[in-house]
Amino acid sequence: MAKVLVVTSGKGGVGKTTSTAALGAALAQMGEKVVVIDFDVGLRNLDLVMGAERRVVFDLINVVQGVAKLSQALIRDKRLENLWLLPASQTRDKDALTDEGVGRIIAELRAKFDWILCDSPAGIERGAMLAMRYADEAVIVTNPEVSSVRDSDRIIGMLDSKTVKAERGERVEKHILITRYDSARASRGEMLSIDDILEILATPLLGIIPESQDVLRASNVGSPVTLNNAASAPARAYTDAVRRLMGEIVNMTVPVERKRLMNRLLGRRAA
Amino acid sequence: MMNLLRLISGRTASAPVARERLQILLAHERGSRGQPDLLGLLRAEILAVVSRHVVLDPEKVIVRMDRGKHVSTLEVDIEVPNGVERSIAAAAT
Repeated sequence: MAKVLVVTSGKGGVGKTTSTAALGAALAQMGEKVVVIDFDVGLRNLDLVMGAERRVVFDLINVVQGVAKLSQALIRDKRLENLWLLPASQTRDKDALTDEGVGRIIAELRAKFDWILCDSPAGIERGAMLAMRYADEAVIVTNPEVSSVRDSDRIIGMLDSKTVKAERGERVEKHILITRYDSARASRGEMLSIDDILEILATPLLGIIPESQDVLRASNVGSPVTLNNAASAPARAYTDAVRRLMGEIVNMTVPVERKRLMNRLLGRRAA
Repeated sequence: MMNLLRLISGRTASAPVARERLQILLAHERGSRGQPDLLGLLRAEILAVVSRHVVLDPEKVIVRMDRGKHVSTLEVDIEVPNGVERSIAAAAT
């Protein structure tokens, strides 16, 4: 049965789009049929992070308004044949998204895919509300930083009250994904620890993505980090997170950079 | 070891401060969630009730809530202009 998963955070710039691309690609790498939807109308970026920016013809709003069929708007990934992208509109007014229209598209996608990943825009306005509206599960992307944790708490409140599941008296299954984590700084007491964040948000942990140059390197070349360098620390962390999403029990560790000494000796590679 | 490092670097750990500030803030924010803008609602209803009898300047209706540890107080401050009771006005028409 298809699962609708929203990647959300409230706060901007914490890594929603990067995480959507990485989780989507990792799921597809494991053989799942996946579509990632960009809900950030007017500021689309998932296409760019996934390296599909020059292949966008139709978008989510074209489909909502009946200008294009879903099959015309879906873009198939060039590297993974079971990964698809539904881009956001770059030009339209965000009010063009309607609850009814989004519901119709999600229902149609449920019949075709195993996973539907909704990349939420920042904020708590219409786009963010609609991205989470039909979710079965939610990944709340959180940085170890006070404003991000506060906004995550607010988003958790919304997931528990404004989603279709919540209105039916059911629960959206929520997971915290901590990104940009620096274990050295956390151990020196300079950064909120994982335990601090989980205790404050009272929500289970899906994964810990370490701060890494590989994330920027991957987005520079338009490739999800799990595809660009599967052996990198963030890629391994995203892959572990996806295995947990699929019900596996995976030990929670913070993957660290390998070959750090070698890098230092040889000088840093350019991103 | 950590304390020694801290002593040498002259820095104190800021994470415990972050944690404590968040805990206090979120306890407060969660309490007011689900009852969106309670004060706004109270203000609008109080204004509606009092306006049935007295002509009011809506700007002069102030509703304030002070949350204490054990009890909270609700303060309602309404400024009523002299000599313009609506009942009198109504009787005249």
